[in-house]
Amino acid sequence: MPTVWRPQPILRATLPLLAVLTAVEIGSGVVLESFEETLLARPSLFVLVPVVIGTAGNLGSVLAARLSSAFHLGRISFAPDDETLAGNAVATVALAVTAFPLIGAGAWVMAVLTGGAGLAPGTVVFVATVSGTGLAVLTVAVTVVATYVAYRLELDPDDVVIPAVTNVCDVLGVVTLYVVVTLAL
Amino acid sequence: MSTLAVARAAYREALPAIALSAVGGLLAGVVLSGARGQFGRVDGLLIVLPALLATRGNVYGTLGARVATGLHQGLIEPTLGGESDRLGVLIATALASGLLASAFAAVLATLATVALPGPQAPLTTLAAIAVLSGLLSGLVLGVLVVAVAVVGYRNGRDPDTLVGPVVTTAGDVFGVAFLVVAVRVVLAAEGG
Repeated sequence: MPTVWRPQPILRATLPLLAVLTAVEIGSGVVLESFEETLLARPSLFVLVPVVIGTAGNLGSVLAARLSSAFHLGRISFAPDDETLAGNAVATVALAVTAFPLIGAGAWVMAVLTGGAGLAPGTVVFVATVSGTGLAVLTVAVTVVATYVAYRLELDPDDVVIPAVTNVCDVLGVVTLYVVVTLAL
Repeated sequence: MSTLAVARAAYREALPAIALSAVGGLLAGVVLSGARGQFGRVDGLLIVLPALLATRGNVYGTLGARVATGLHQGLIEPTLGGESDRLGVLIATALASGLLASAFAAVLATLATVALPGPQAPLTTLAAIAVLSGLLSGLVLGVLVVAVAVVGYRNGRDPDTLVGPVVTTAGDVFGVAFLVVAVRVVLAAEGG
């Protein structure tokens, strides 16, 4: 594909997808709005919002990029015993299990330093860890399905899968946070 | 490679980027939490927030990928002197699509508040906030992404692997910081 250096063709190629992704993200905004009062009353949960959204999207995009490269190199078969698939799935969950307890503790400390957390540290770590781990499992499912669909439709996973997965994981991040907060408080 | 070996390699490779963006996300959260009062003053602000933050990643991540490809292909000179038309075109195009997406997000958020129970979001206020924050964070992110890609390339690093973590981390921090600035400016301009 020749590289294009004029604004109009670039905008024509990118704006439709950008519009769809924006609409998807409005969905996660509606979920956030539905528990606005809970978030505003507990600053440590509010601190968690961008980091949960961001980390969810990042886990998804890292996994999508790796599966996409494996796909281009012919190293992936989508069989249940595929070691590339299983190894990357395990790594995604392991990354979430490592990162989210620290993120929860960090959010609580930041909230205390900036005027009060509104929750016990154990609760914030619990909410971050449970939502982060649940999210990692969802991320793996969404990414594998999206890469498989791209593979079956003979699309380049680089073009479609990474933006789709990143934004869908953003939404799932907010939904998971909402469910865990509702159950935990 | 066995499943465990694949998992170990993937984990090690991704951990620094995930850790960096988590630190950025926490900083963004602190700025956001410090501006909690603003969210009660502008209806729909929380609805539009994820879309605005995602636009930073979607638009400037793509810009970074294009610049990286241009550098690899030798179509972009790795200099920051401003003599490259191509870099200017890429940044201006990214800025334009970021502003369009931000305005679109404000319209969709307003429509969502019309459909849902509760107060309706003020479209002009929300759109002004979205576009102003998109402009400010876009200028900073556009220059930052290009600078990181060019300087990284000159120092023998692959710009593709540098740009991703930089965009997600800086996108969250600047996205939230300039959103808070934009809310203050727009509310002050409206005499609020």
